[in-house]
Amino acid sequence: MSKRSDRPMRAVIASALLALMPFAFTGANAQPASAGAAAKPWADVGRPATPAEIKAWDIDVRADFKGLPPGSASVDKGQEVWEEKCVTCHGIFGESTEVFTPIVGGTTKEDVKTGRVANLTRPDYPQRTTMMKVSQLSTLWDYINRAMPWNAPKSLTVDEVYAVTAYILHLADVIPADFVLSDKNMAEVQQRLPNRNGKVVYNEMWKVSGKPDVQGTDCMKNCATDMNIRSALPEYARASHGNLAEQNRVVGPFRGADTTRPPAADPAKLAAAATTAAAVTQVQVSKGTALKPPLEIAKDSACLACHSVDRKLVGPAFKDVADKYKGDDKAAALLTQKVREGGQGNWGTVPMPANPQVTDEDLAALVKWILAGAH
Amino acid sequence: MDPSKATPGRIRMAPENTLTPEEASQARKARRSFMAKALAMGAGASAAGAARAAGASAASSAPGAGDGDPAILNLPLHTRSLGQPVAARGYGVPSVWEKNLQRRESPGLTRVSAASVSFAPLQGLFGIITPNGLHFERHHQGWYDIDPSVHRLMVMGMVKAPRVFTMDDLMRLPAVSRIHFIECGANTGMEWGNVAVPTVQYTHGMLSCCEYTGVRLSTLLDMVGADTKKGRYLLAEGADGASMTRTISMDAALDDVMVAWAMNGEMLRPENGYPLRLVVPGVQGVSWVKYLRRIEVGDQPFYTKDEVVHYIDLMPDGTHRQFTSVQEVKSVITTPSGGQVLLDKGYYNVTGLAWSGRGRIKRVDVSFDGGRNWRTARLEGAVLSKALTRFNVDWVWDGSPAILQSRAIDETGQVQPKINQLRAVRGTRSIYHNNAIQSWKVSETGEVFNVQAF
Repeated sequence: MSKRSDRPMRAVIASALLALMPFAFTGANAQPASAGAAAKPWADVGRPATPAEIKAWDIDVRADFKGLPPGSASVDKGQEVWEEKCVTCHGIFGESTEVFTPIVGGTTKEDVKTGRVANLTRPDYPQRTTMMKVSQLSTLWDYINRAMPWNAPKSLTVDEVYAVTAYILHLADVIPADFVLSDKNMAEVQQRLPNRNGKVVYNEMWKVSGKPDVQGTDCMKNCATDMNIRSALPEYARASHGNLAEQNRVVGPFRGADTTRPPAADPAKLAAAATTAAAVTQVQVSKGTALKPPLEIAKDSACLACHSVDRKLVGPAFKDVADKYKGDDKAAALLTQKVREGGQGNWGTVPMPANPQVTDEDLAALVKWILAGAH
Repeated sequence: MDPSKATPGRIRMAPENTLTPEEASQARKARRSFMAKALAMGAGASAAGAARAAGASAASSAPGAGDGDPAILNLPLHTRSLGQPVAARGYGVPSVWEKNLQRRESPGLTRVSAASVSFAPLQGLFGIITPNGLHFERHHQGWYDIDPSVHRLMVMGMVKAPRVFTMDDLMRLPAVSRIHFIECGANTGMEWGNVAVPTVQYTHGMLSCCEYTGVRLSTLLDMVGADTKKGRYLLAEGADGASMTRTISMDAALDDVMVAWAMNGEMLRPENGYPLRLVVPGVQGVSWVKYLRRIEVGDQPFYTKDEVVHYIDLMPDGTHRQFTSVQEVKSVITTPSGGQVLLDKGYYNVTGLAWSGRGRIKRVDVSFDGGRNWRTARLEGAVLSKALTRFNVDWVWDGSPAILQSRAIDETGQVQPKINQLRAVRGTRSIYHNNAIQSWKVSETGEVFNVQAF
């Protein structure tokens, strides 16, 4: 659009917009309470949520048990549900199979009294179970309700959620074997959770404006450091994350270290890993090419610039080629040569260019596929 | 070799496939002598096939004894044949030569891959934007590719009029685009006690940075008439099996939180929450709820599983800090970094990333002697609030061992701490929020190792 016609067109659009939005001028006067509506013409986007919709999704249970649905179940019932739906991943006693971290363990009857899990103060204690950490009973209930079982979340009934919660609490000696857990006594049981007093709400890292508890030093010269290496990966862990040569780019100022070999001891072997890295990549690349579907080979080798499977383009359709050479046992050799070296005259006057870039394996696969009808 | 004669970006011939170690050593020591050249060329000719298989990347660009570089003198196939047509790939993919850069799991870190993490290959990335296909992943109960036409967002709780939005609705609203980093609270968590993993991909790769497009959460809260005075907390909930939930502060919601549908110019990737996710700038990734289906306004924190059992920071006295959300000032050198090998002595552009959940990066310093002396790095390109910032610094490596560190300072004045400074306050069992200075040791063989030095 030229500059000359630009201005009138803008004016037309502007007046059209004005015509479409009369409320932009009347809304503010008519309804002072929603003065923002005029400035926010998107205010009516979306629609009100219905009570049934809110009920269907508003499943969260807060620490004060707001949102907890009525229901109850015994520890015995809990064991039943547990052994049917939970035991595969979490073990009979919540000690976990090898699949998931343990839920139960590490807490004592003394912890139930104090509300602090003593083992959490021990640096040598090997694992932190759910029952060692959980400080809100609502959280346990809410999470089982929303996310368990692992492969079928939200399939438990409300009473089954109470049941499983009761069974876990019993395993951790929080409630006795004959206990019936319900919405009526959840708040009491909260007061027996082993780690209920073990949490500190840490506002300094909740607020963006919080004050850091650890401050570095911005020294520039002769700063305090002992220059010693305090920790490094042991030699046996060298290949713990695979061959690092295969995890780095094949060009640039660096290569990945070949961790299938010990580190070079001799500085003369600087960059010894480099070529290995490139070679490894190349091997993977060519392997991948050989396994490619023939149509992909055709695409990657630029065949489809002139050929298609079933239509004549610049060159003949692959299907027509297959028809022409049907039953000819010399066709494969001929076609291989044609693709490799190019040719002219079989399908018209447009020459077929040579294709030295196609690998032998790809070419063989391609020719075989074309002669078989390019399916 | 004289560092002043080093050429930036030069590719050095790697001789170990063609020469014995003794010959290689000899060739290296006397590379300008005719003898060495003859030796290298002779061996190279006998292994020409191998050299071709190894690809141009490993070939020498030195003229050698002949007329010049074969990569120049012998026109390659791509110069002598027809290339591919437009739209050969309806959705483009990286070069086949870039296959080594993948997001990867850390072996043994998690027990099931549907509740696990994959790390972004920071050692190979440039600038500040993470390509969508290499963005780190964290799933709590597997990922989904959700049909956007049936996805809904409900905003309810302490509001005048609870409302439901389709994707059609949301994408009509006034949109904003912002560049922000996302970092898992447990990033670098494996290194609280000691060195545990070899490369920057695994030490720092739960980190990415995108340009997000979406609607400000404050716009939605305004539309439903949220009680922002009493309702100081919001619950964000996902539509996945875990129905992931996190408490968000109303202050953040009214400031810069977004409900986003796009990353880096295209819709979110399924692994990153397609079609809708929360973006909570500066706050740990777990709060950026994916597959976002519900926002509830409330007057108390919601104490979700990931605020009560996980994402809590164990202190030396056995208490856990709760609701630690902000990702504090941090930086790392991405190249050279652990597991890489320097190809030669001479000049290097040492580069890395710095970020802070509290605002902009003010300064980055780099040390090459284990923290004794520091030089201020160049901040490259855009320096944005709560976004990755790229830094570069010149270095001429003389072939002797060195320990590289970077240290960021943000606009609030917080200085990135050393690991011993962190441990003095928080112990070694915290798992989360390790923003310590990272040390890389360059050995005299050119190989780089992850170490802790302070």
